[in-house]
Amino acid sequence: MLKDITIGQYFPGNSLIHRMDPRMKIVLTFAYIIMLFVANSMFGLLVGILFLIVTYGISKVPPRMILKSMKPIVPIILFTAILNMFFVSGTPIVEFWIFKITREGISLAIFMLVRIVCLIAGTSLMTYTTSPIALTDGIERLLGPLKKIRFPVHELAMMMTIALRFIPTLIEETDKIMNAQKARGADLETGSLIQRAKALIPILIPLFVSAFRRADELALAMECRCYKGGEGRTRMKILHMGLPDLFAALFMTICFAGVIVLNILL
Amino acid sequence: MEIIKTEHLSYVYNQNTPYEKVAVDDLNLSIEEGEFVGIIGHTGSGKSTLIQHFNALLRPTSGKIYIDGQDMWENEKEIRKFRFQVGLVFQYPEYQLFEETVYKDIAFGPKNMGMDEQQIDRRVREAAGFVGLKEKHLEKSPFELSGGQKRRVAIAGVLAMDPQVLILDEPTAGLDPYGRDRILNQISLYHRAQKKTILLVSHSMEDIAKYCTKVLVMNQSKVFLYDTVEKVFAHVEELREIGLAVPQITQVFYDLKARGFHLNDNVYTVEKAKHELLQLLRGETDA
Repeated sequence: MLKDITIGQYFPGNSLIHRMDPRMKIVLTFAYIIMLFVANSMFGLLVGILFLIVTYGISKVPPRMILKSMKPIVPIILFTAILNMFFVSGTPIVEFWIFKITREGISLAIFMLVRIVCLIAGTSLMTYTTSPIALTDGIERLLGPLKKIRFPVHELAMMMTIALRFIPTLIEETDKIMNAQKARGADLETGSLIQRAKALIPILIPLFVSAFRRADELALAMECRCYKGGEGRTRMKILHMGLPDLFAALFMTICFAGVIVLNILL
Repeated sequence: MEIIKTEHLSYVYNQNTPYEKVAVDDLNLSIEEGEFVGIIGHTGSGKSTLIQHFNALLRPTSGKIYIDGQDMWENEKEIRKFRFQVGLVFQYPEYQLFEETVYKDIAFGPKNMGMDEQQIDRRVREAAGFVGLKEKHLEKSPFELSGGQKRRVAIAGVLAMDPQVLILDEPTAGLDPYGRDRILNQISLYHRAQKKTILLVSHSMEDIAKYCTKVLVMNQSKVFLYDTVEKVFAHVEELREIGLAVPQITQVFYDLKARGFHLNDNVYTVEKAKHELLQLLRGETDA
């Protein structure tokens, strides 16, 4: 089923991390990504892993969710690892025909692999613990200063919110239309590539028609409620930084410092 | 001969996630050929999930479904065969229309069945006739038609496959009274003319009482009642307890009886009510 796709989907909960300010989570996620790229040794990455263990522990997001988020990028991980394994020069361990695997290659491959896995797991944690709406809210506030140079921050955030809001609706709609056409005997699974592309027409046309209809209705409903953009708009839920945010920032700083110290020492 | 039979049918949505939900729970049911079954139940009682099983759109989490005596999921490659045997009209089916002309859209199903041009042409015209579409409509774009007409086109698209069982999920939702009666009358005519089995999901007890021969009541993912219209609507209290109702006229008679009038129990259409009331009034003047 289409509904089963997770691209870092929100995993409801009420942990400290769930309750953190989305702005802080976004900033810390960026800091975490930078930290992973600053780390130049396995030990540095270990700090990154430690960070993940602690944060996932607090968030109560089941570890199998990490595996789930990892699934779509397995090919990329393998590809990177294999490339590194074969194309890094150094002391060869195994040699056959024109291929040779070097000690440096293997260690770099593992290093890259761990880095990518940490990257995905870390960013997924943010999306698992932050609802999409809170996320765009956070982004809007973080980009706030750009308003000074007439960058339409609010409009952009509104567009993102609406787009996010309609993803599940459109997925549901697609599901429904697919079922309706399958009920009429549409064959979506078998046949050549061209046949399968053709089989999508009965799904895409009704989907576009309904997407436009929905957009029209939504625009009308917004106008009926006197929506006119970001100018002078107040919000119902005002974001607050709290103690958990402070601790999280502190923890992140310690980890980052640890990575830098390890870089210098090793 | 039973056309649909389920054995311990269960279906769970989003198994092993926090969103897990049992939609159909250990359901045993058998529906005889040629019945006109009304399906009623609360929103979320599992009606829609159940009917999607009959069309092989959902695969049971456990349990078995037999269509015309054949185990549906015995051979997965043959599953499309059942989709032609059991026609399913979804809620708001007009949103599935996609072709350039009404004719082509109705022909989509028969075409998928691999019929030749002549057969398709016959089926399309027959189906269009059954739902009351005129010749001039066939060459129009489905997007030019009115809401009620679009819906009839969508229903014709399923009828054109000439299924043994026709399932309709709230075919009259959002239509005006005229459009509603028109569609239901046509379905009823189709039932009588073709002797096909029909399953109708509806929230209107009046429509169920008027057209159906049997009623299936779903409650909390289980079959609450499955019996003839009279017997089901005799359970006034139980139906009310699970948040459903009996036809308004049945309710009126139930309350009249509670006030001491001697009236027949199984009144569920206005026609019959009129007859009963006249009889009662005559009886009183006689006395």
